[in-house]
Amino acid sequence: MIGRIVPIVLFVLLGVLLAIGLKIADHKTEIPSPLIGKKIPEFSLPALGQDGVTITHEDLIGQPFLINVWASWCPTCRTEHPFVEQLAASGRLRVVGLNYRDEEEDALAWLEYFGNPYALNMADVSGRTAIDFGVYAAPESFLVDAEGYILFKQVGMLTPEIIEKEILPLIQPAGSGQP
Amino acid sequence: MISIRLRIILTVVILVLMVPAFAADPLIFTDPEQEARYQQLTLELRCLVCQNQNLADSDAPLAQDLRQEIFNMMQAGRTDDEIKQFLIDRYGDFVLYMPPVKSNTLALWLMPAVLLFGGALVVLTVVRKRKLSPGGQEEENS
Repeated sequence: MIGRIVPIVLFVLLGVLLAIGLKIADHKTEIPSPLIGKKIPEFSLPALGQDGVTITHEDLIGQPFLINVWASWCPTCRTEHPFVEQLAASGRLRVVGLNYRDEEEDALAWLEYFGNPYALNMADVSGRTAIDFGVYAAPESFLVDAEGYILFKQVGMLTPEIIEKEILPLIQPAGSGQP
Repeated sequence: MISIRLRIILTVVILVLMVPAFAADPLIFTDPEQEARYQQLTLELRCLVCQNQNLADSDAPLAQDLRQEIFNMMQAGRTDDEIKQFLIDRYGDFVLYMPPVKSNTLALWLMPAVLLFGGALVVLTVVRKRKLSPGGQEEENS
């Protein structure tokens, strides 16, 4: 009797493993960031396309904002761009850009062509600041509260669903949820 | 005739294969001991982009940046542990190919032993059963 049941149980267990594997397949390469709950790293970067203008972490803190790590060479950033634009246009959250390992000329042309949703843009040409943020793949986005603490990190593309369900509720007082 | 042609083809193939070696970032070590430390360290650290490669092997731009960063930290006299901590603070334990034993890595550490033990148990049971049943045929003994 037991000899018959064991293979069936094993088969079911394998099936469960497969189901779990399939479920997390899309997120398998995502690494939970140790930076969540911590203050944003200090940095000082030139503003993209503005000679002589420097942006530091202190310039950003004061109200909640989203740092969107993007680059002109990044195809997913292109796909994500309309959603970033919608969010910025809605005025519900300030969006700043971290232009990652890019050429200034290419980055500016990209913004010119696709539109510029960013309140401001830091140019991290060397990628050194991105290392402090633990960036490993563009696009990435960090939600930061008014005091400068990182609340949420999205690795990969932002979608309207992630923005509505995971990002915006974190900065809104409970009760004033979205329709 | 053929051998010359073959030789040329082989030369080209070998040259092409050598390109990645040339493309590697030229980090110049003055201290051979430091270089050995660097080699060992980049073998133990994971590239975050190609997650099944270590930093030494990966050609991803981020891996190049991180190698440069590790090099700079070594030049500044930081220890291996300090360098690892620098990366853990940014990327988490995942950068280490040998993560520390913690509550959330316990399964990872224990699984091989559990599987080995479980497997041995299964083999033992099966072998014993076969020995007991006459004719080597598996029978139900309920």
